[in-house]
Amino acid sequence: MSNIMNAWKAAKIKRSVRQIRGEKIFRASLVLISLSILVIVVAFLFTLVIQSLPSIKALGFGFLYGKTWDPVHNIYGTYPFLLGTLLTSFLALIISIPFSFATAIFLGEYYPRGWFSDFLKNAIELIAAVPSVIYGFWGLFVLVPIVRSLELKIGVTPYGIGIFASSLILTIMIIPYAASLGREMVRMVPSSLKEAAYALGATRYEVIKNVILPYSRSGLLAGVLLSLGRALGETMAVTMVIGNTSVIPDSIFAPGNTMASVIANEFTEAASSLYLSALIEIGLVLFLVTVIINMVGKRIIKKFTSE
Amino acid sequence: MESTILKAVDFDAYFGENHVVKKVNIEIPKNNVIAVMGPSGCGKTTFLRCINRMHELIEGTSTNGKMLLNNEDIYDMHPILVRHKIGMVFQRPNPFPNLSIYDNVIAGYKLNGMKISKHDRDAIVEQSLQKASLWNEVKDSLHKKGTFLSGGQQQRLCIARAIAMEPDVLLLDEPTSALDPISTSSIEVLMQELKKNYTLVVVTHNMQQAARVSDKTAFFYLGELIEYDITKSMFTNPKDTRTQNYITGRFS
Amino acid sequence: MKPNIKYRLGKSRFFKGLIIALSVLCTVPLFIILIYIFKEGFSKINWHFLVNMPKPVGEAGGGIANALVGSLLIVFYASLIAIPLGIMCGIYLSENRNTRLANWTRLSVDVLQGTPSIVMGIVVYFWVVKPLHTFSALSGSVALAIMMLPIVVRSTEETLKLLPDTLKEAGLALGLPYHKVILRIILPCGISGILSGVILAVARIAGETAPLLFTAFGNLYFSTNILKPMESLPLLIFNYATSAYDDWHNLAWGAALILLIWVLLLNIITKIITKKWRVQF
Repeated sequence: MSNIMNAWKAAKIKRSVRQIRGEKIFRASLVLISLSILVIVVAFLFTLVIQSLPSIKALGFGFLYGKTWDPVHNIYGTYPFLLGTLLTSFLALIISIPFSFATAIFLGEYYPRGWFSDFLKNAIELIAAVPSVIYGFWGLFVLVPIVRSLELKIGVTPYGIGIFASSLILTIMIIPYAASLGREMVRMVPSSLKEAAYALGATRYEVIKNVILPYSRSGLLAGVLLSLGRALGETMAVTMVIGNTSVIPDSIFAPGNTMASVIANEFTEAASSLYLSALIEIGLVLFLVTVIINMVGKRIIKKFTSE
Repeated sequence: MESTILKAVDFDAYFGENHVVKKVNIEIPKNNVIAVMGPSGCGKTTFLRCINRMHELIEGTSTNGKMLLNNEDIYDMHPILVRHKIGMVFQRPNPFPNLSIYDNVIAGYKLNGMKISKHDRDAIVEQSLQKASLWNEVKDSLHKKGTFLSGGQQQRLCIARAIAMEPDVLLLDEPTSALDPISTSSIEVLMQELKKNYTLVVVTHNMQQAARVSDKTAFFYLGELIEYDITKSMFTNPKDTRTQNYITGRFS
Repeated sequence: MKPNIKYRLGKSRFFKGLIIALSVLCTVPLFIILIYIFKEGFSKINWHFLVNMPKPVGEAGGGIANALVGSLLIVFYASLIAIPLGIMCGIYLSENRNTRLANWTRLSVDVLQGTPSIVMGIVVYFWVVKPLHTFSALSGSVALAIMMLPIVVRSTEETLKLLPDTLKEAGLALGLPYHKVILRIILPCGISGILSGVILAVARIAGETAPLLFTAFGNLYFSTNILKPMESLPLLIFNYATSAYDDWHNLAWGAALILLIWVLLLNIITKIITKKWRVQF
């Protein structure tokens, strides 16, 4: 064994120099790669802003509240899309919240373990895993006819496609976000607080209502924000089901467009550079809004979990 | 006269502004077991970690003074080279969980990319495990992962891994504090065997262990080396009152 | 007191029933969708379907070979870019908790994670499609790679953070250089977490359409050229589903089923890996 060590010690100098250099290269690459991710994001913002500039300069704030979108005549008002996005997202959010919260409470409080809990947990994860184009496909061929017959019954123009159908699809898609996060937050409620309430004679419902929900309030809010962020940015399923008209919808049963869907539909057909720039400006607004909502949600989570 | 293998000259160590090891001067003779003891926070572990330059891995730390291994200042060498010559065994046994027992022992070579013939590798593994008194217990399961071993066996695996590198000095940081009494005594016996080939510096907070295993003992208090003497003399006739108070249990 | 308690207990029981009902109801649309896709798609899939090209409108039959191969290639190239970069970044973040670069990088990763996929497509259009003057599989892969990064970085960082420090110390004390300690001890010990993050990232982008709309763009013909437009399963589904032709609808159902199975399989594999390959301490 000493012979090996001696031979190694002799060759050691050459090897060690190489190793030490290897260390330096490795550490430098770690820094370089992290730096480049930072650079990518900055460049992202930069590209969006630069490409939107022509539109920003030409249209100013009228862009945001202009009610007409007419590329042929170079009129670019995005109010219809803002409305479409807000309507579909908030409608989806409102409908999905009871379901998300119910699931969060079910998994976090009533059945944190067990086969049914695992089953539900996996099902929720599956909902999030299904690609949005498949939701859109199914929505178009199954949900839309159902909505159409519903509209016939109510006596509204039976488009089928439109804001309402999009909201329904979105509802299903965003349930997992508030549900998963909500479950984590509900589980984090200290048992000592719950036990104190039970010791005073509270029923399960009262413990949930008076202890668990208030305690995890901010976490649940963060979950809602995450779901909202998801809804705002969702493109494919909505595009396939919303009808793609650029006029302001006159009811939730009418077709419309969202910020994401108008980009998806018209980007490759944008003839003039102002047209393209306007679409990109929509993308910029969408980017900023979604990112801000997500960051706020994440910040709330961080504050909540560090306490 | 025994030759000195390790010598600290006016050695200081800092955690940022905190002066945790103060002007330590110590000469460690070859093939001895040196115990380093003292109350919590006295700087003994920090001093140990300076010997193989692990202390500087923490941000904001610094050192001063000379640390000589065979008359070469290790702070003039590259840390990697230092750690080839000075091995360390830690408080909690930490065999690599993704490697087999065999690969754990040879890890210092293999992961360094050193090409050795299978015959030589087998020899190194067997000899190291023999010296660590672990060979008979694991020779039939060399290719299993080490996690099924008991705490004491895992620690002996870590010792085998360290001595496979043929270090000049072996540092042990409270090597038995996480082990049961039986494993503890087997490792103490092992240390007596190991000193035939290596020089051991053992940090311990257990006075009785220091008395049992070491040839010389160093007593640290509040960052200073208070007393350093042949173990028997120090424990029967300590020269400093602080040493005496510590030994008699006035503080711990 | 008695009637009050009865009322309160009743309310509690009712609430529990409500929660259970709503939770179970969540799963109903999922199963309806899964069953429907299986039903519609199953009959459309056969060997011809998998190896043939789509036929011109009006002719029956045809297949999705171009989309299958295209998807595999685009996802493969995207992984080639994102996996090494993501893992290295994750290593940096887990090793440097509080440096300025680390904090800003974490922020950037968060921003990327929240970015809508259509915006990814826009930006990569200007970064790759315009300079090359053509839609291309490469641009699609770049867009998907950027979408994969946050998932890979996050899971690598979280996995490595959980490893005990003493592992690194043991390696360094043996005189191993830093990069060997990371690459040959730390990474292998965290392999289950990192791998599952990678597979989740792949599952996520395999089904993405929006970023490919103006990058890979789609291609009616069979192509393996990375510098030319390429078809992919989600794109095909989108285009054919929204077309007016029944033949193409049929192709889309079959493609949807394949995509679904693919994504489900990847998710299941992730779960198995997390359990089986976990390194015990």
